[in-house]
Amino acid sequence: MTDRVGNAAAPAVEMRGIVKRFPGVVANNGIDFAVRPGEIHALLGENGAGKTTLMNILFGLYHPDEGEIRVNGRPVRFDNARDAVRAGLAMVHQHFMLIPRFTVAENVILGAEGPGLALDREAARERVAELSAQYGLDVDPEAVVATLPVGMQQRVEILRALYQGGKTLILDEPTALLTPQEVDELYSVLNRLRESGDTIIFITHKLREVAAISDRVTVIRRGQTVGTRETAETTASQLAELMVGRAVSLRVDRPPAHPGEAVLVADDLHLTGSQGRAALNGVSFELRRGEILGICGVEGNGQAELIEVLSGLRRPQRGRVLLKDQDVTATGPNRRRRMGLSYIPEDRHGRGLVLPFTLTENVLLGNVEDPPFSLGGRIDYPGIRTLTQRLMRAFDVRAPAPETPAAALSGGNQQKLIIARELQREPDALLAVQPTRGLDVGAIEFVHKQLVAERDKGRGVLLISFDLDEVMDLSDRILVLWEGRIVGDFPGGRVTRTELGLLMGGRSLDEHAPAAD
Amino acid sequence: MSMLPPPTSGDALPPANRMFGALPTVLSSLLAIAVALFAGAIVLALSGENPIPAFEALFSGAFGGQREIAETLVMATPLILGGLAFAVASRAGLFNIGIEGQMVVGGLCAGLVAAWDPGLAAVIHLPLAVLAGMVAGGFWGFVPGFLKAKTGAHEVITTIMLNYLAYRISTVVIGQEALPLVNPALQATQPAVDAARLPRLLEGTRLHAGILIALVAALAVWFLLYRTVFGYKIRTVGLSPGAAAFAGISWGRTIALAMLLSGLLAGLGGTVDALGLQGRYYNITLGLGFTSIAVGLVGRNTPFGVILAAVLFGALAAGATKMQNTAGISRDIVYVLLAFVILSVSGLAVVQQLRQAKRLTARARARTRDRAAEDAGDPMVEPPPPPRTI
Repeated sequence: MTDRVGNAAAPAVEMRGIVKRFPGVVANNGIDFAVRPGEIHALLGENGAGKTTLMNILFGLYHPDEGEIRVNGRPVRFDNARDAVRAGLAMVHQHFMLIPRFTVAENVILGAEGPGLALDREAARERVAELSAQYGLDVDPEAVVATLPVGMQQRVEILRALYQGGKTLILDEPTALLTPQEVDELYSVLNRLRESGDTIIFITHKLREVAAISDRVTVIRRGQTVGTRETAETTASQLAELMVGRAVSLRVDRPPAHPGEAVLVADDLHLTGSQGRAALNGVSFELRRGEILGICGVEGNGQAELIEVLSGLRRPQRGRVLLKDQDVTATGPNRRRRMGLSYIPEDRHGRGLVLPFTLTENVLLGNVEDPPFSLGGRIDYPGIRTLTQRLMRAFDVRAPAPETPAAALSGGNQQKLIIARELQREPDALLAVQPTRGLDVGAIEFVHKQLVAERDKGRGVLLISFDLDEVMDLSDRILVLWEGRIVGDFPGGRVTRTELGLLMGGRSLDEHAPAAD
Repeated sequence: MSMLPPPTSGDALPPANRMFGALPTVLSSLLAIAVALFAGAIVLALSGENPIPAFEALFSGAFGGQREIAETLVMATPLILGGLAFAVASRAGLFNIGIEGQMVVGGLCAGLVAAWDPGLAAVIHLPLAVLAGMVAGGFWGFVPGFLKAKTGAHEVITTIMLNYLAYRISTVVIGQEALPLVNPALQATQPAVDAARLPRLLEGTRLHAGILIALVAALAVWFLLYRTVFGYKIRTVGLSPGAAAFAGISWGRTIALAMLLSGLLAGLGGTVDALGLQGRYYNITLGLGFTSIAVGLVGRNTPFGVILAAVLFGALAAGATKMQNTAGISRDIVYVLLAFVILSVSGLAVVQQLRQAKRLTARARARTRDRAAEDAGDPMVEPPPPPRTI
């Protein structure tokens, strides 16, 4: 063992010519990636571009087929995550890997208990408090993780990374679950880390985040590095073009709406959630024809319950749901579907599709009992197969045949299939929940265009999304859902991220906004 | 959910081909059989027997001639129906371990109706007896399905309990001295009257019309699962309860009806055994219902696979008799060999299903967490999950 620091001028992390093949796929096809010590380096790419594979290689979870990795100038070969941690790398996962019933300190020392059986809790607690203070993380080591808000839990993950001795932190899509205010707070934490000399790799597919936090950015597309830029010297549209490989419109092209009569009405909905807490606490709104009504909010504020009540999966304890002026509160999903309510569910794999089923069989989902899909209990497979082919063409679902299992499709193509199925019924109202979650920029563009097109056909589109940008880009009217209540109602385009963010966090607009948008 | 993951192998194929979903696995199944026979050979050798003539006897006993083949089919008949019963329940995501009990009540009721002699014509009496067996088995299957739908009571527990209940009821009914339809001394029902017997298909063999019933049932199950709305609902519920809810398919209703259908098939299995092979219902536990589980697993819960697996098990049973008679190998060794085959073949099926389930969950995980799932290149193919660390 020589010096711990290594060559000071060398990149903190350098990956050269990384190639990783999976059967039938080249996930990384010659990626070059170098991070200077003490910088925040964004790794930008679409879903499926190879970002996560690259980071899994860096973190020792995969072996590269070709290429070289250097940490602080020294070539390394990691066999597992422990080796990577020993070399000073630390990963903050997209989905937190915390044990909810443990305290912060217990979670932080998990996996780094040190040799021997004895666990020096007191020392650990002090070290955690010390680190928390040092980086201004403001986390109470004694707090039970389950009681902490999401933003705090993420800081616990960061603390754990620091506790393990991480000098280079890898953050995988760290803002996915945060409110705009929590994102701002994360940015300041990252800035403090940078000031104290830590290096940060920030994986994202959002251009806004690249501009907001990074010093440099490396763009990868289809498994290859397409460029590294100084963030200050580039623009969002340049980066988007690098990322997608063609010029993309970052804004949704949306002519003014012409709202008509109400098509779906929620009237004072009340529902007790799974923990006995009120999940819906008097939700009322009207969705009109020819408008996109966006509902934003942080996950877990009643969205799931609202969707279940609107789609007919659950009955509210109080209140009514009206569909085309008819009270449908007591009806199930099929009846509502027949009356003209289509539903794009948030969970493609668990709800929207049966993954082992063929595309044809998935087109049957929710339709199987209605003619012409079946007659007298017998399914018209040849007819459905033709319909499936037609939908695949019309909605650009890329798959070899209608007999392909849905599991073999990419996320974007799966979502297109669901949208095709739901729209072919020509609904009066469309319930779109997180319709672009996990999709790449091209597919997102497609989905957004479809939603706008439905609106322009005079249909009511209810958009429920945790992606604030999506809600703001698409909606003609925006509602904010917080703790089962509608706490804000704005015309689209007349409200700022900061205002929405405050309401989403349960605060009022009178409070002083912590940071400008 | 059952202890086993829902079978998925056949589902990757288009519906028309799915009846033959077992074919690609035939090779590996043959390998498993070879392994079992080898293990059996070791046991034979250890007990001082020469395995080679033993296996010759086994094979010729199963396929050596018309009579032997007929005997194989006779043994396979109730197993086809039992295997179908298991397959239908599995497709709905349930583990029907109660096929044995459903066969017992089916056979008992069919035997009683067949022993009753009001002088009906065969076209009426035989269907009546068969119907009695099916209804009884169906009821015995419906009860645990209904309980699961209403209360969530696990079907593995309830069907096992219902197995015991079926044995006891059978013993009590057969033991009734006052009941003219039973023969307590013989521990059986009175013989089926001619009008209620399944006709023999081939003189000089025991082959009876039950095999035709079983084959028609396999075709019917295939049609039901892959061509009808009800079958679609069963498969949707079994593969994805969430998607079923989205589609407005009632989970409880579907699983209760699937268990009814499963029990009905099992009851039919008990019925053909009583009315075709035995000529009466015997109050003996043959364990056919448990072998049926292995048949369903080995047959990958596809109707055609079940037929193949049932014929394999039938061949072993038929061959074992000959092996015992001509090679003079004790009954116990024969059962050891049978057990090896069941263990090896169904063990293989379980391993493959577990691997499949693991692949599916890994794939799902790869999708949601590891976005590498759709990494560059051909978007149709998924990379494998990351290797396990630590």
